[in-house]
Amino acid sequence: MKNIFFLFKKEFKSYFVSPIAYVVISIFLVICGYFFYRDLVYFSILSLQAGYDSSLQSSVNINELILRPLFSNMGFVLIFLVPLLTMRVFSEEKKLGTLELLLSYPVSDIGVIAGKFTASLGVLLIALGITSVFPIILFILGEPETGPIISGYLGLILMGISFLCVGIFFSALTENQIIAATATFGTLLLFWAIGWSSIFVPGTLGKILSEISIFNHFNNFAKGIIVTSDLSFYIISSLIFLYLTNIILQQRAWKS
Amino acid sequence: MIKVEGLTKYYGQIRGIEDVTFTIKEGEIVGLLGPNGAGKTTTMRILTCLFPPTRGKAEIAGLNILENPIEVKKLIGYLPETTPLYLDMSVLSYLMFVAEIKGIKRKDRKRKVEEVVEVCGIENVKRRLIGKLSKGYKQRVGLAQALLGNPPVLILDEPTIGLDPKQTFEFRQLIKDMQGKRTIILSTHILPEVSMTCQRVIIINKGKIIAQDTPDNLAFQLQKSYKICAKIEGPPEKIVERLKDIEGIKDIKVEKKIDDKKFEYVINAENLNIAKDIASCTVKSGWGLFEIRPLSMGLEDIFVNLVTEEKTE
Repeated sequence: MKNIFFLFKKEFKSYFVSPIAYVVISIFLVICGYFFYRDLVYFSILSLQAGYDSSLQSSVNINELILRPLFSNMGFVLIFLVPLLTMRVFSEEKKLGTLELLLSYPVSDIGVIAGKFTASLGVLLIALGITSVFPIILFILGEPETGPIISGYLGLILMGISFLCVGIFFSALTENQIIAATATFGTLLLFWAIGWSSIFVPGTLGKILSEISIFNHFNNFAKGIIVTSDLSFYIISSLIFLYLTNIILQQRAWKS
Repeated sequence: MIKVEGLTKYYGQIRGIEDVTFTIKEGEIVGLLGPNGAGKTTTMRILTCLFPPTRGKAEIAGLNILENPIEVKKLIGYLPETTPLYLDMSVLSYLMFVAEIKGIKRKDRKRKVEEVVEVCGIENVKRRLIGKLSKGYKQRVGLAQALLGNPPVLILDEPTIGLDPKQTFEFRQLIKDMQGKRTIILSTHILPEVSMTCQRVIIINKGKIIAQDTPDNLAFQLQKSYKICAKIEGPPEKIVERLKDIEGIKDIKVEKKIDDKKFEYVINAENLNIAKDIASCTVKSGWGLFEIRPLSMGLEDIFVNLVTEEKTE
């Protein structure tokens, strides 16, 4: 357990020694900031109009008009940025050959994966943590509901974790960081978009497509609804990809 | 300290090593010698628990590498072939990380890191980024991480590759100084390195051990007779003819001409005592004897001989 912490510490530091963490966090905040500003302006225009037109008043809801689209957009932006965080996790170690040395220390394969996973999660939590400034601004300006904010962040964290696990898996597959990032991005985008086509596919296949869609499961969190199946989806998919990463690490026996 | 029995490793259909068996005593320095692709690195990687063998077993200090990999790793300091290091870390922060992950107690970490920094001569570069260091210093950092935690077993894969002659000399001295204190397996294809640092040699070729003994014993086993070198002044035809008559001399040939009258001869004899008879015969015949000495087989000869024998078979 201690070794996982030491690995976490080393990996976490290395994110900030290179410009990766700064670039990823900054771009994430700029894009999310833009979405927040856009929705805030839209909300203020709508609330002004609602002052003159009482029929509009029921549809002017701060959570529905600002926070829900913001969470969805943040989730979508993560699809682009998480691959940049995870691409080097194992690829770089493989390319430099440091994985061989790391695995010769008294630490298990699972310990190595856990240390690296928690470090990338740490960076992600920092990025998401800074975005809490948006709800704080809303609390200053109005009275948003707390429940959907908590569920939205819970959804973002869970979805982020599953994204990280997919990224770490692809990073373990190749020593080329570009390939790792591209494969992660492609997979995440596919599983995000797959839900859109589910409405055109009838029967069981449509249901399956809807069930494996990252977006559909996240949508409930953004709405403020926490459903066990959505929680299980993210937890199980994360565990599957971590398990696959472990298998890839053990396969070094054949590749060496 | 290290016991390896029937160790076999196949990468799919390709044989890495087969039926490798050896034991290494505590404090012994053993050279693992072989041409490229012989299976040296595979053997070392199995011993460091990097991957399991297909068959066979290996024990370090009585611990099975498959049953107790974490405990085994605690006993080993490993320096891989290419000295892979984290280039974006400073020497000190990297060694501190290694000290942490090797389980060195918090209060001892700094002191132990400083100790290996001093032993490996990297004091003047300890605050620099590893990526900015020369190959020689990187190699020293690699050795420093292997020595951290004072592991009783050191596994060094081609440790002097890329070092300049001075660094190589210092490195070999460092290894020699550890004799009796640590058990060391050192893989190399630089033969003088083995002669200088190792007490015993394991020669491996095409995944199989073809010989293991001290360099001297290997030389005798291969030569199957003793060689004597003599520098004699006199007519070479007559000298060869006369010396051939001495009992116990199997063969004699003129090795090289030193000057118009002086020649060097290599004599194959049943034992080294025959040198006395050669000296006596030469003097009695009125020829000048300038030098007579036993000729031992160098490690290069042993290695080439063994590997060539293997190929012929």
